[in-house]
Amino acid sequence: MNSAPVLEVQGLKTVFGTRDFAVHAVNDVSFSLREGELLGVVGESGSGKSVTMMSLLRLLPSPPARIESGRVMFEGQDLVRLDDASLREVRGRGIGFVFQDPMTSLNPVFTVGFQLMEPLRTHLGFDRKAARRRAAELLALVGIPSPEARLDDYPHQFSGGMRQRVMIAIALACNPKVLIADEPTTALDVTIQAQILELVKDLRHKLGMAVVWITHDLGVVAGIADRVMVMYGGQVVESAGVDALYENPTHPYTRALMATLPSLDGTRRDRLMTIAGQPPLLTAPPAACPFAPRCAHVHDRCRMANPPLIEVAPGHAAACWLAAPGEGVQNGV
Amino acid sequence: MARYALRRLLIAIPTLLAISFIIFALLDLAPSDPTANLPLTIPPEVREKIRLSLGLGEPFVVRYFKWLEQFMINEPLNVLEQWTGWTIGDSENRLRVLSWATRSPVTDLIVERLPQTLWVVGMSYVIAVLIAVPIGVISAYRQYSLFDQIGTFISMLGFSIPTFFTGLLLIVIFSVWLGWLPSIYDTTHVVRDWDSFVFQVKQMLMPTMVLALANASQISRFMRASMLDNLNQDYVRTARAKGLRERVVVLVHVLRNSLIPVVTVIALGVPTIFGGAIITEQIFRVNGIGQLLIIGIEGADIPLVQTLTFIFAILIVVFNLIADLIYGMLDPRIRYD
Ligand SMILES: Nc1ncnc2c1ncn2[C@@H]1O[C@H](COP(=O)(O)OP(=O)(O)OP(=O)(O)O)[C@@H](O)[C@H]1O
Ligand SMILES: [Mg+2]
Repeated sequence: MNSAPVLEVQGLKTVFGTRDFAVHAVNDVSFSLREGELLGVVGESGSGKSVTMMSLLRLLPSPPARIESGRVMFEGQDLVRLDDASLREVRGRGIGFVFQDPMTSLNPVFTVGFQLMEPLRTHLGFDRKAARRRAAELLALVGIPSPEARLDDYPHQFSGGMRQRVMIAIALACNPKVLIADEPTTALDVTIQAQILELVKDLRHKLGMAVVWITHDLGVVAGIADRVMVMYGGQVVESAGVDALYENPTHPYTRALMATLPSLDGTRRDRLMTIAGQPPLLTAPPAACPFAPRCAHVHDRCRMANPPLIEVAPGHAAACWLAAPGEGVQNGV
Repeated sequence: MARYALRRLLIAIPTLLAISFIIFALLDLAPSDPTANLPLTIPPEVREKIRLSLGLGEPFVVRYFKWLEQFMINEPLNVLEQWTGWTIGDSENRLRVLSWATRSPVTDLIVERLPQTLWVVGMSYVIAVLIAVPIGVISAYRQYSLFDQIGTFISMLGFSIPTFFTGLLLIVIFSVWLGWLPSIYDTTHVVRDWDSFVFQVKQMLMPTMVLALANASQISRFMRASMLDNLNQDYVRTARAKGLRERVVVLVHVLRNSLIPVVTVIALGVPTIFGGAIITEQIFRVNGIGQLLIIGIEGADIPLVQTLTFIFAILIVVFNLIADLIYGMLDPRIRYD
């Protein structure tokens, strides 16, 4: 797939700040998403996955959140600088968003049908009847039985997995070009998780949209993604096609993540592996490699300068000094 | 829901009976003498006769049940007859709850006073709600803005300064110094034309505002807190991510959720309207229910006080039920079973 990028993010920086403290949650993140591509975003809790994606649509509460710099190009517009009215046109219509927590992301006092019809009526100008018909179709599309009847139910009458499907249906309502799904399956049990994965894979081909799939599970990503972006400490530390990443993980953090995966025959290596040490605090913009304190291959340079993304192969980049020419990463450090 | 309401109403009956007994017993035990206000020249034997004629010779239990019968059966029948013009049974000889001080039926006194109270106190409550809800919404949406700070300051004043102070303050400023508004509410005033209407508005202005300030302070704080709670909820972000206008996000999604607890608070406050704002009515000489209660207490008019207190109790029980029902209507998660 070598089509044009639909979404291009350049040098995005997001800070949570009051007078007394600051959290540099997103530090200079750049990536692009091609038409129809499925980009997996992985990284441990607190690595800035959600904050990055919410920054794209300016969905973070401000204050305290502030986008310090960066560009988010979508359909020729920079979403960071777009006026509110045009941004609303992008939200829900151009880009659909599925949030992390299905239990709280729906409004408890409105019916599912009402919430599903809202974007249809706002963006596409559907009348009541047409919106209702389309809403029922959408519920059917995400695999909810007797969709017509369930439109009049309230969120609390749905199970967690069903609510997540409803969230996906809402995000898909206006046939967006991009779907951003923020850990849409973590709250769910394994079977439902698999169903939703299949559903998105399927819909993606049917509707031809690009998908950003956030998770902290590399195993999930392996199954569905075209490309993977690994985040650590608010930065992209590695980005590669899915096969390249699994064959040749370059950043020590990616390798450590891989090591925490169960091996192919299903048994875990030794015990459950975890990465020793704590994630960085992010109270200042990074002056050194954020992974240095936990890295097995750390050397002086890592503590003095933060490595940029360095291309190790076409379409494969890692933010690690070991990947720099002359540092000898290919020799298997 | 109808079954739930019915069940709650049935439960209310023993509750109210218990309350009626407590009210009756408490007031009966209070040391008071209905003849104490009579001239000293009246000899003790006559006083004793008066007491007997008031029914005080009977044992406590008998008096309680008689009062209960009069209040629960005779008075409602009487009200019904007055409204419909029918004659039900022996209405001439039906015993009514009589005021000791005036010898007229207590219900008639209340019916006479109710309009003033409903106008002044009820109007102030409506105004309070109408200004408190928008203020609460804006304060929360623009938290810590100048608007919010001023709102917080004013509602703190309204909250902490008692109505007898704000009332007197207004009288001093607008009646004594400026002479713009009458300090005494003229109940006999009849609205006939534009001028008399203006006068009515003028005389209602101060008592209404004093009460509205106190009520609005409280309700706007509830509204603000409830809005703030909801503005941080995940569903608000979902609504924004759908590309809805900010107005729709706040006034449909957030407001609808925030109103649930506030409506309950508002409903629970309604009985205080009927209770009359005792102090405010006293200050502005509004001869409403609150003032009637004060007169009753001062004159040791036990039947009057018993009846009024019990009516307040009924209203409180009823509006508790109404609040619960409204809560269930607004919040689909509530199930009645
Ligand atoms: N409202 C906020 N105020 C201050 N800091 C915040 C706020 N929201 C997020 N952060 C910080 O931003 C950083 C990134 O958080 P983010 O939610 O993006 O992590 P994540 O990668 O999505 O993690 P998870 O996998 O747990 O969802 C964290 O350090 C977090 O503490
Ligand atoms: Mg997250």
